[in-house]
Amino acid sequence: MNGESLVLVGLAGILSSATPLLFAAIGETLAERAGVINLSLNGTILLSAMGSFGVAVKTGSLALGFLAGAVIGAFMALIVAFGSITLRQSQVAVGFVLAMVGRDLSYFLGAPLMGRPGPTVPSWPVPALGDIPVLGPLLFRHDLPTYAGFLLVAGAWFWLYRTRPGLILQGVGERPAAAHARGANVNRLRYLYTIFGGALVGLAGPIYSLSIKAGWMGTISGLDGLGWIALAITIFGGWNPWRAALGAWFFALLQWLGLVLQPHLPGVPMQVLQVAPFPLMILALLLVNAGNAEWVQRALAALSEPRRRAAARLLRSLRAAPPASLGEHFESR
Amino acid sequence: MNIALENISKRFGEVQANEGISLAVPAGTIHGILGENGAGKSTLMKILSGFIRADSGRTFLDGAPAQIRGPADAIRLGIGMLHQDPLDFPPMTAVDNFLAGRTGAWRLSRPDARRELEERQADFDFRVDPGARVENLTVGERQQLEMVRLLSLGARALILDEPTTGISALQKDRLFAALRKLAADGKSIILISHKLRDVEMLCDEVTVLRRARVAGRAQAPYDLNELVRLMFGRVVTREPRLEVPTGGPLLTLDGLAVEDHRLRLAGLNLEIRAGEVIGLAGLEGSGQELFLRACGGLLRPAAGRLRLAGRDLAGEPYPVFRDAGIAYVPAARLEEGLVAGLTPAEHFAIVEPGGGLVIDWKLTMEQAERRIAEYDIRGAATGPVDSLSGGNQQRALLSLLPPGLCLVLLEHPTRGLDVESASAIWRKLLDRCADGAALVFTSSDLEEILQYSDRVLVFFGGQVAGPVPASAMTVERLGEMMGGQP
Ligand SMILES: Nc1ncnc2c1ncn2[C@@H]1O[C@H](COP(=O)(O)OP(=O)(O)OP(=O)(O)O)[C@@H](O)[C@H]1O
Ligand SMILES: [Mg+2]
Repeated sequence: MNGESLVLVGLAGILSSATPLLFAAIGETLAERAGVINLSLNGTILLSAMGSFGVAVKTGSLALGFLAGAVIGAFMALIVAFGSITLRQSQVAVGFVLAMVGRDLSYFLGAPLMGRPGPTVPSWPVPALGDIPVLGPLLFRHDLPTYAGFLLVAGAWFWLYRTRPGLILQGVGERPAAAHARGANVNRLRYLYTIFGGALVGLAGPIYSLSIKAGWMGTISGLDGLGWIALAITIFGGWNPWRAALGAWFFALLQWLGLVLQPHLPGVPMQVLQVAPFPLMILALLLVNAGNAEWVQRALAALSEPRRRAAARLLRSLRAAPPASLGEHFESR
Repeated sequence: MNIALENISKRFGEVQANEGISLAVPAGTIHGILGENGAGKSTLMKILSGFIRADSGRTFLDGAPAQIRGPADAIRLGIGMLHQDPLDFPPMTAVDNFLAGRTGAWRLSRPDARRELEERQADFDFRVDPGARVENLTVGERQQLEMVRLLSLGARALILDEPTTGISALQKDRLFAALRKLAADGKSIILISHKLRDVEMLCDEVTVLRRARVAGRAQAPYDLNELVRLMFGRVVTREPRLEVPTGGPLLTLDGLAVEDHRLRLAGLNLEIRAGEVIGLAGLEGSGQELFLRACGGLLRPAAGRLRLAGRDLAGEPYPVFRDAGIAYVPAARLEEGLVAGLTPAEHFAIVEPGGGLVIDWKLTMEQAERRIAEYDIRGAATGPVDSLSGGNQQRALLSLLPPGLCLVLLEHPTRGLDVESASAIWRKLLDRCADGAALVFTSSDLEEILQYSDRVLVFFGGQVAGPVPASAMTVERLGEMMGGQP
């Protein structure tokens, strides 16, 4: 293998290893666009990774495994939706408790599955397309979930910005009263998108436990924390699917760098390199959203006029406001 | 469309908002609804447009009973409503606002929508840029957009809830011309307003509400004194201007420059004296807001000095301004001024100076009761502020101002207030002037500006003319200057 193709393989690996994160971040983006924060992500992903692996082992069917993942995710989201929309409780509180419960439950129920062999999604290079130089190995020599991830990002973006229901979805999260005045059934839409988004989050589990790192390893699955990162990426992505995808790929890149650099940095303990992507990701998030801060404004004021304007414009374009009604209840009288 | 409401009643918890209200609006007429703040005007119209549901009562459209279970039903039946605070999606573009909620192919075609929007606007001489974000439009433009949108949905009846507060004189002329044209086409128009003059100019018939009931009806030509008596139960007159002697310099602006990404104000020099009232005139978005925000410490000036009693505050953070006795009352009351979901009493607890970590609810409730009485806020002290009527939200906002301020900056202080409450608020504000505070305020009501200001600054596209003594001005001259004529 020459150097060029080594880079290609590395990049392709990043793209496919980001897939669970991609599904979770897009699912969360859709729910939050409707105004509902599903904070249970970390617990949901662990539970669905364990559950879908269990189902796939028992039935020998990958499809049923994936289905189980989506159902678990949808069910967790349903609890969040019911708690916040129908019972009018705090979304944050309900979601947070679910994140804890899901995590513990997955370790507890998953104990018998520890280290068992199970089915794995085979890779499936797209005929013809896979042979295109550069693009072929980069985009078209993956497994089905990875392709689905690409399509999901494009599809979510298209739905949000190019369709009528997508426009109303934006409206529901932005200003539910105005969406209501336009004839939308705000709370029904919130239920729908929260549950659908939850199913996507749930799929992140089997994509991990049946494809990326097949099997269930309990606390050392390396899966714990992924849900929190997905939540961060939703913010980093400014509730826009493409930006969320960039965030997911960036995180996968950081993780890959940790692995690649390990042999070259013998002095650094392995754990540090494994954990480093998490704080780095948060740091990136901070930088992207720093435009508002007092000290940034102060620093900008010191620049020369044209530069200051350019920098201000860049920061403004990066800054993203959350859907204005995020986390709020809506009731029509 | 002929509209008839019969015996409409609606109660929100303890508050009876509508009680046995009946109303008939024949096709092709413009019907006015008058009433003091909290009379139940918005509630009645929200019921007609399906936004909320009545507890009892019936609706007839063209003689047939109509079941309006929600906004979707109302839209289908051809009823459209422009809400008191524009109910649109601020971060989205005008075209997207125009498209949101329409039925049709699930895939959007923005070029088509843009064309339709432009065509329909041309009918009324409206000029909203389809690509602009709604948050960057003026209130008047947002209204025009909503109106065009409702008509494109096939509205045959149009309800406008206080459409003339916060829009320019020119926009108002356009709006009235459009409404007359629509009525001539056979559409029925219902207009809620506090401004008797608007109603007099436009409406064929009016219904006056007071305390949730119909207080009376009248047909053009109107006896305005009679309408006022129906609204308040007594005759109210505008008071003569209160003269407050002005003191020494309080705030000095020295070559101040302020900007945001749309507009830049530069080279501002002004000396505001204690006890003085400065009125800021200008079409919305001409720079008045930048000016106020800079004086209030919410926007860092790009250059220049801002001296309060000799101390330069330019570049200091907001708390320094606040501690120096400067207060800013924003126009977007629910977005920036009040915390939706908190009750008035809770608001008072937040702003009460000193106080320990723990809220003394007994004391707070007493103080809340006092302020509610003083500012005549109608509605419960223990319900969320966003459920107050528009005018009462404004009173709540003003009642939060702490005592002992030296500079009060106000955007549209009497927006949405009826005549009586407006003069009550001004009495309170001028009391502060007598104590040596200065006021700076914006208003789209030019008479208000001339009546209460000592001096006027006129804004036009980032240029500032003046200050001119208000006594040397007329409404006509002010209108010209706002249009950019020197
Ligand atoms: N959603 C709500 N929940 C509780 N009370 C409400 C709600 N909406 C209105 N009210 C109450 O009903 C009464 C009538 O309110 P409404 O908004 O109809 O008044 P209005 O005539 O439009 O007044 P304004 O001129 O101030 O806008 C008020 O006392 C108000 O506090
Ligand atoms: Mg009202």
